[in-house]
Amino acid sequence: MAATQKRRHAADAALTAVFSMISLAYVFPLAMVLMNSFKRKAYISRAPFALPSGSMFVGLDNYRNGIRLTDFWASMLWSLVITVLSVALILLCTSMCAWYISRVRNRVTHGIYLLCVFSMVVPFQMVMFTLSKVANVLGLNTPWTIPVIYLGFGAGLAVFLFTGYMKACPIAIEESATIDGCSPLRTFFSIVLPILQPTLISTGILQAMWIWNDYLLPYLVLDLKRFKTIPIAVQYLRGGYGSVDMGAMMGMLVLAIAPILLFYFLCQRYIVSGVMAGAVKG
Amino acid sequence: MERDLAKYWPVFVLPTVTAFAIGFLVPFAMGLYLSFCDFTTLSNATFVGLGNYVRAFEDSGGFTHALWYTALFAGVSTVLINLFGLTVALLLVRGFRGTNLFRTVFFMPNLIGGIVLGWLWQVILNYGVLARYGVTLVTSEWYGFWGLMAVMLWQQAGYMMIIYISGLQSIPGDVSEAAAIDGASAWQALRYVKLPMLMPSITICTFLTLTNGFKLFDQNLALTGGMPSNRSQLLALNIYDTFYGRAGWEGAGQAKAVVFCLIVVTIALVQLRLTRTREVQQ
Repeated sequence: MAATQKRRHAADAALTAVFSMISLAYVFPLAMVLMNSFKRKAYISRAPFALPSGSMFVGLDNYRNGIRLTDFWASMLWSLVITVLSVALILLCTSMCAWYISRVRNRVTHGIYLLCVFSMVVPFQMVMFTLSKVANVLGLNTPWTIPVIYLGFGAGLAVFLFTGYMKACPIAIEESATIDGCSPLRTFFSIVLPILQPTLISTGILQAMWIWNDYLLPYLVLDLKRFKTIPIAVQYLRGGYGSVDMGAMMGMLVLAIAPILLFYFLCQRYIVSGVMAGAVKG
Repeated sequence: MERDLAKYWPVFVLPTVTAFAIGFLVPFAMGLYLSFCDFTTLSNATFVGLGNYVRAFEDSGGFTHALWYTALFAGVSTVLINLFGLTVALLLVRGFRGTNLFRTVFFMPNLIGGIVLGWLWQVILNYGVLARYGVTLVTSEWYGFWGLMAVMLWQQAGYMMIIYISGLQSIPGDVSEAAAIDGASAWQALRYVKLPMLMPSITICTFLTLTNGFKLFDQNLALTGGMPSNRSQLLALNIYDTFYGRAGWEGAGQAKAVVFCLIVVTIALVQLRLTRTREVQQ
């Protein structure tokens, strides 16, 4: 018995060692970008693995250049505005809609549900041309109005997740609230919404990850002369003939990744459970 | 309660359904119709029947190439990502020192957006790896292919790992114990106990990686932009390029998008069927 115990300990120690190596390899690309962001442009391609020492070191020049070229802080602000507004709108509207269609059962509500599920599968390229035209006509091309489009395109997943959760929720509490004289609105906001909290968090995280990182939809819909998001700003660094200021690019990649990692380490538990919730879709 | 609530549809359902119509239903229906039309904007469409579809498949811009290139990419990436994700999950559930940290690290790349990821890996692969052999990611379509594969493996393996881990943890302990008492070797326990019990997770992960492979756009755009001469274009990028890179090809682009949509919907239906039949068996 002691021998097998010992063998198991040895195996575990070996696994820890192996996985430490793999983890280092996993983090390495990020470390490399960070390192190169302090390096003079020419050395990024010539000596990508060297530490930014001596004449290679340029301090924050790459960051300054990148921020100037892309108007980065404005992009970050617009990314933030779009993500926060869209997620708030999606959570409020789709949770109400999902409650309605799971409590009022008829052919119409079932039809809405099926269309929502269908929309999750359809690739964006199918609607991209017509959607961008429609959005333009309706004036949905600013950060303040684009959340309507995100609500439309994100409704599928959100309604699906909310109805899935509500199926499992007991209806008795809601009914007793109604008997006590609560209007449907009051029942929803003081009874249903608090019960929904776990799903609100996981749906919110899934939608936020999607909207924050989304490139093509805002690129086609937004009025790009006035508004860019972070992915659009990064892609804009690529000049007309494919020439890229790699120094500025390194700086912008670091600035784009840093807030995401911060968010990840702060809300890791919720993010992982959000992923689990999203995994059952389809 | 149901009748009370039913009257409240303008509050509960209308906002979501309106946005859903603007963001999805109307663009989808218009897109479907326009695939049978000759057009450059929404207002000058004339019906031409199946002409666009013929043009799409005869296109020298590489639709058929993009079709098999994408299918190959999606297939290979599905196998590699799931093998890696499942292997890591099987080892991590043993619970040795550091598993939580490793899990955190492996999942991290998922939160980074496709455009940022594409540029990050372009720098690493071009300067860090390929430069010493005198080639770049756009030397031939196969460098782009395997480069994109590395990006997707790095990004998605952690996501699948999380799904597999929760699948493994939901296998009841007495089943594994019974196998151990009956004298099953580690390989037999995996092959005849764990893998069959994991089938739901395997179905979900296969579906997710397969559709992600087919729908891939941002990483493709940022990593190679389809170069050399559109040879490393996946379907989504090929469709985008047909719409916005060439004048007079909007109709063919929309027809390609419909074909693309049909492929993805078919995969989803097959997955749904597989899931359903398995539910019946259990």
